[in-house]
Amino acid sequence: MKEKRNLLIAGVVIGVISVFLVLNGNPKNMGFCIACFIRDIAGATKLHTAAVVQYVRPEILGLVIGSFLISLCFKEFKPRGGSAPVTRFVISFIVMIGALTFLGCPFRMILRLAGGDLNALVGLFGFACGIGCGAFFLSKGFNLGRAHEQRTLEGAALPAVNVLLLVLFLAIPALFAFSEKGPGSMHAPVILSLAAGLAVGILAQKTRLCMVGGIRDTILLKDATLLIGFIAIFASALVMNLVTGNFNLGFAGQPVSQPDQVFNFLGMFTVGLGGALLGGCPLRQLILAGEGNSDSAVSVLGMFVGAAFAHNFKLVGNATEAGPNAYGKTAVILGIAVLLVIGWYYTYKKKEA
Amino acid sequence: MTEVDARGLSCPIPVVETKKALKAHPEGVCVLVDAKVCVENVSRFAAAMGYNAKATEANGEWKIEISK
Repeated sequence: MKEKRNLLIAGVVIGVISVFLVLNGNPKNMGFCIACFIRDIAGATKLHTAAVVQYVRPEILGLVIGSFLISLCFKEFKPRGGSAPVTRFVISFIVMIGALTFLGCPFRMILRLAGGDLNALVGLFGFACGIGCGAFFLSKGFNLGRAHEQRTLEGAALPAVNVLLLVLFLAIPALFAFSEKGPGSMHAPVILSLAAGLAVGILAQKTRLCMVGGIRDTILLKDATLLIGFIAIFASALVMNLVTGNFNLGFAGQPVSQPDQVFNFLGMFTVGLGGALLGGCPLRQLILAGEGNSDSAVSVLGMFVGAAFAHNFKLVGNATEAGPNAYGKTAVILGIAVLLVIGWYYTYKKKEA
Repeated sequence: MTEVDARGLSCPIPVVETKKALKAHPEGVCVLVDAKVCVENVSRFAAAMGYNAKATEANGEWKIEISK
């Protein structure tokens, strides 16, 4: 009961914080988007040169640092790793391509739904189907292998990189590229974004909030506990959007969305399947990386590189106007094929019992 | 008591393995995990299935005894 109550409270608070960030400058329905924000950081660090999506998003840095600090306080910081890291990198890379095709991670999918964006409903169906597919592999014994204890520095590496990035961003901003127009140019004041990231990082670490976990556990274990967080974020963001006049029901003219419904479905199918194989959604990967899980740190790096490739190879270029181009569609379909091969391999090709 | 070694396995595999073990041994099983989140998940699952779960910690690892 306590877990459910905490998830409910955390979900409500996170929903409010998300809309608050939009009211203070973040793009609409984008109080948080792990995929978009990692992509913006990849742009700010010039890994890609898409001029409209470049900004060092303090929310991401705050999430990792918040999780790191709270896990240290409660002795839950535990360096662990070595469970098929390269495979995890590949899965995360593909998850990022899927998310950027849909234009959002599962977290933003909820926020888009709460803003009345019905394209996100199509995404939700795809997401749930992808998780269902992953749950099938899990029920048949899918397993990427055991993680083992690592040295402190290995677990602290990604949190340290985030601290360094934050210091450089605050002290020498000229090092980075910043969008002058487009979504990358829209952001809340740094202090608010950072505080929001820290707060959500702490709440998500304490409650184990996971967008994939809610649907996965409901399908696989008939346990809807984690779903409470998901629903609470939706409900509180919905109320906030209604109160502040940011609710707009429909498919057309939605902020940072694309009209190709087949690929809204397939994009989020990719994220659901990949997330189920990784053991958590993109947000959860950031939180686990903060707790010293170096496999999740590799997942974060996979998403980072995936975002850079997505823009460098124009897989998600003008998505907001016309939907994904032929390259983007091919990438998503190939990505799903690779995920299915990984799922099959780690389920049915066992080295050890 | 049958032992399930779920140390180092990521979410939700420890619970899936516990579920399988309880199907084969309905009288109860013992699960080894090395993360607090796994203790919470396995215990919650055991309770939902009508079992008692008792976790004891030693050196950052937990032994969860699940019985009727």
